[in-house]
Amino acid sequence: MYDVVIIGAGVVGSLAARLLSKFSLSVCVLEKENDVAMGATKANSAIVHAGFDAKEGTLKAKLNVKGSQMMPKICAELGVDYKNNGSLVIGFSDEDKRTITELFERGQKNGVKGLEILDKAALSEKEPNISKNAVCALYAPTGAIVSPYELAIAAMGNAMDNGAELKLDFEVKSIEKEGEAFVISSDTEAVSAKYVINAAGIFADKIAKMIGDNSFEIHPRRGEYILLDSECGSLVSHTIFTTPTKMGKGILVSPTVHNNLLLGPTSEDVEDKTDKATTEQGLENVLNSTGKSVENIPRNKAITSFCGLRAVGDTGDFIINSPLVGFINLAGIESPGLSASPAIAEYALELLENQGLKITEKADFNPIRKSAHYFKNASIEEKNEIIKKDKSFGRIICRCETVTEGEILEAIRTNPKPHDLDGIKRRTRAQMGRCQGGFCSPYITEILARELDIPIEQVTKCGGKSIINIGKTKEEIQND
Amino acid sequence: MTELVIIGGGPAGMSAAVAAYDSGIRDILILERDTALGGILQQCIHNGFGLHKFGEELTGPEYAARYEKMVFERKIPYKLGTMVLDITEDKVITATNTEDGIFQIKAKAIILAMGCRERPRGALNIAGTRPAGIYTAGTAQKFVNMKGYMPGKNVVILGSGDIGLIMARRMTLEGAKVHAVCELMPYSGGLARNIEQCLNDFNIPLKLSHTVTKIHGKERLDGVTIAKVDENRKPIPETAEYIPCDTLLLSVGLIPENELSKTAKVELSGVTSGAIVDQNRQTNISGIFACGNVLHVHDLVDFVSDEAEIAGKSAAEYIKGKAENKINIPIKTDGKIRYSVPQVITEEKDITVYFRVSDVFYNVKVNVKNEKGEAVFTKRRPKVAPGEMESITLKKKQIIGSKELFMELEAVK
Amino acid sequence: MRRNLTCIVCPMGCSIDVEIENGEVKSISGNTCPRGAEYAKNECISPVRTITSTVRCADGSVIPVKTDKPIPKDKIFECMKIINNTTPALPISAGDVIIKDVYGSNIIATGGK
Repeated sequence: MYDVVIIGAGVVGSLAARLLSKFSLSVCVLEKENDVAMGATKANSAIVHAGFDAKEGTLKAKLNVKGSQMMPKICAELGVDYKNNGSLVIGFSDEDKRTITELFERGQKNGVKGLEILDKAALSEKEPNISKNAVCALYAPTGAIVSPYELAIAAMGNAMDNGAELKLDFEVKSIEKEGEAFVISSDTEAVSAKYVINAAGIFADKIAKMIGDNSFEIHPRRGEYILLDSECGSLVSHTIFTTPTKMGKGILVSPTVHNNLLLGPTSEDVEDKTDKATTEQGLENVLNSTGKSVENIPRNKAITSFCGLRAVGDTGDFIINSPLVGFINLAGIESPGLSASPAIAEYALELLENQGLKITEKADFNPIRKSAHYFKNASIEEKNEIIKKDKSFGRIICRCETVTEGEILEAIRTNPKPHDLDGIKRRTRAQMGRCQGGFCSPYITEILARELDIPIEQVTKCGGKSIINIGKTKEEIQND
Repeated sequence: MTELVIIGGGPAGMSAAVAAYDSGIRDILILERDTALGGILQQCIHNGFGLHKFGEELTGPEYAARYEKMVFERKIPYKLGTMVLDITEDKVITATNTEDGIFQIKAKAIILAMGCRERPRGALNIAGTRPAGIYTAGTAQKFVNMKGYMPGKNVVILGSGDIGLIMARRMTLEGAKVHAVCELMPYSGGLARNIEQCLNDFNIPLKLSHTVTKIHGKERLDGVTIAKVDENRKPIPETAEYIPCDTLLLSVGLIPENELSKTAKVELSGVTSGAIVDQNRQTNISGIFACGNVLHVHDLVDFVSDEAEIAGKSAAEYIKGKAENKINIPIKTDGKIRYSVPQVITEEKDITVYFRVSDVFYNVKVNVKNEKGEAVFTKRRPKVAPGEMESITLKKKQIIGSKELFMELEAVK
Repeated sequence: MRRNLTCIVCPMGCSIDVEIENGEVKSISGNTCPRGAEYAKNECISPVRTITSTVRCADGSVIPVKTDKPIPKDKIFECMKIINNTTPALPISAGDVIIKDVYGSNIIATGGK
């Protein structure tokens, strides 16, 4: 029996696992997909919000501000890219000015440091490419950007290196209470635990219902994004917001930690929790809206587009509670979920302790994980030292992002281990450049087949039926 | 210091190396990222190469082999498995391979011959899911022809340029069913010959003025929605049609691979995405030359070889200390002529100017005028098309005295 | 009967008109070289095609091959079957005959290993 089972290996579940792995506890994370970070964690705005947006006194507000303060240290320990680039909420009218003043005051109440209201001249000095129609802005110097899926991957990997277990392809179908223990079952396996953390994202309500908690619903709200070539990465240096509405923080323009330019998200309530298709209209909306905030966004420099589903709780705030002794909900984690995630993990631990969980710190807990991109950041001399020991670091596989075979091999061999092209993509950045894998994917397919000791025809893009090649040439192809 | 470093060992790089050697240069080094010379020709196993150059119809590998033989015979040095990472304005090249690690070479002259890459799905903003089964035509070609794997068996192709047409035939020969080739424009970008032998031979429908508007399928492609487009190339929703398929091949544009040119501060053309060059194929940086697909996308490799010879010879002259040119005559184009290579003339001599047009035009005159509006050259053409590179040869006497040249297409009554 | 064809012999792709009467070619126009005329005649009477493909070698790798002469167009897939059922041993040089006499042509390697 595990001390704690966490359902969901997104950024919340992964950071919770890492925190718990500090202590002498047996921890197991159950993840329905074949990899970590497969839900909203890999399809969001990648922003660590300053914390002025959420209503004062809410969990969103408290945990956002705390999470944003915790983030730099966690990213440094885990070797995850993080940049404190600052945020700007821009306004075009008197009404916007009023909203911006409200956000300023709210931010003060929430404990956000350094907030300033800028006039047109000051705004234009900070961001020369901002729309000429912008008349004012809220400047939040503590706003930052991060690589969200790398944060989850690194947190989970660090948790596993410190003793936590990860079970992928484990879709929870039922949870029974048997005496002291929760018995959590998939179609083929069952695990038992004293405590359960429900971090199941868009399906958190489904999991809660399994123990009889019908108190909340999670409904999906779609957000579509367009990512532009790294050529465009310095069009703006801050994350640019417009004033928020009921549906969310609006469509923004932001550099990413990898120097791309991210446009989006749209905000649309949908029915299907599994439909992650982008739409013609959605992508068009992204291009049109962002054109209003920032001048000269080159429409023809898109390299990819994608869609994420926000897990929107029906209470308006994060749903963090304990409906049953030993069971913690970390549900409704929509924006500012990423920003709050380190603080959510700590709050979850607090709740567990209140319920009787005894914790003793491990003497040998190692919070440090080598950055996935240490080679890229090394000097030529350091790189050549590494190449001397391991030639595979001298062979470039991904031309666009300059990723070596050595880095790809390391990613394949490091917790949490990837099994497919997308998993390698998220860990190494190979296939994320301007050619989107056109050059490197045949080589990565070969490397993966070799390392996993599987035939090339079994290599997939993202598990399941997503095979890259249906077979060898010269074999009979059945046409159905 | 190496006298001449050539970035890329494909047809352009090899031809340039041979031309430089034959002009007297010995200290040459070709840097090639693949495990063999030949570039993209290695995977172009179809024929159609070499008719102009060798009077024979060769396959890609056979054409490449002709030049490899010339390189080997001359013992021109080359490094394989070597990726160039950076080139500075003063011609210091940083490269990496497994044997040497990361190393630097200072060159007296550099020839850029890096070829081009393919535009991916993301650049077109095609809506829908992101399943496996979507490949650019060249990547699929690599799987089939170099690695021996079939990307899929029920195929739709977007883009009727030659690569798309060639892959329609290739996939069909290997047992796949190609359901349609969709082409955004009202005309195909590929050779008429390829429409015939790649599509008509196999009854593969060519749907002009059509595009893919949505991609379906969770893990692997299930199908695509296609639609007709209007005169502004916008999809007409009422014409939407779903085609079940497991493979979508994209042949939607080749982009000269100029990341390294940018590190060297080489000035690029916004139209070709390749360097701006003079008749010697020299860029704005003295001693840096460009040729082949990295300069502008070619239809026939024979012309790549010709162009690379010019670059090779010119680099040799540069190394031998030829005097810098004093004149600078820019060539402007009228838009119907999309671009010219060279874009600037720096020597008064006979010059062949290559160009591409922006649309299909019948019965036109190619006119060249100077800055005074005086006609210096004219040539009639019964038909010009975007998919076929054209050329004119300006005589020295037609160039002398001009400060600027303008190229235009004029309709003939 | 008039028939219009696109010649495939070289990248020019000339548009050729052929006049046929009683199964015999009466006239050919539009070609810019004699090979075009030859192609047009054959295309109307008994069309042929050059096949380029790959063959799988004994070690599992693939090398490029072609028919050294055009073969009847209606035998394309039979020819592919024959190529696909052959697994030549290495080493192979470009120009080597991999399979003899396939519908009047030989299958030769266009690359080596």
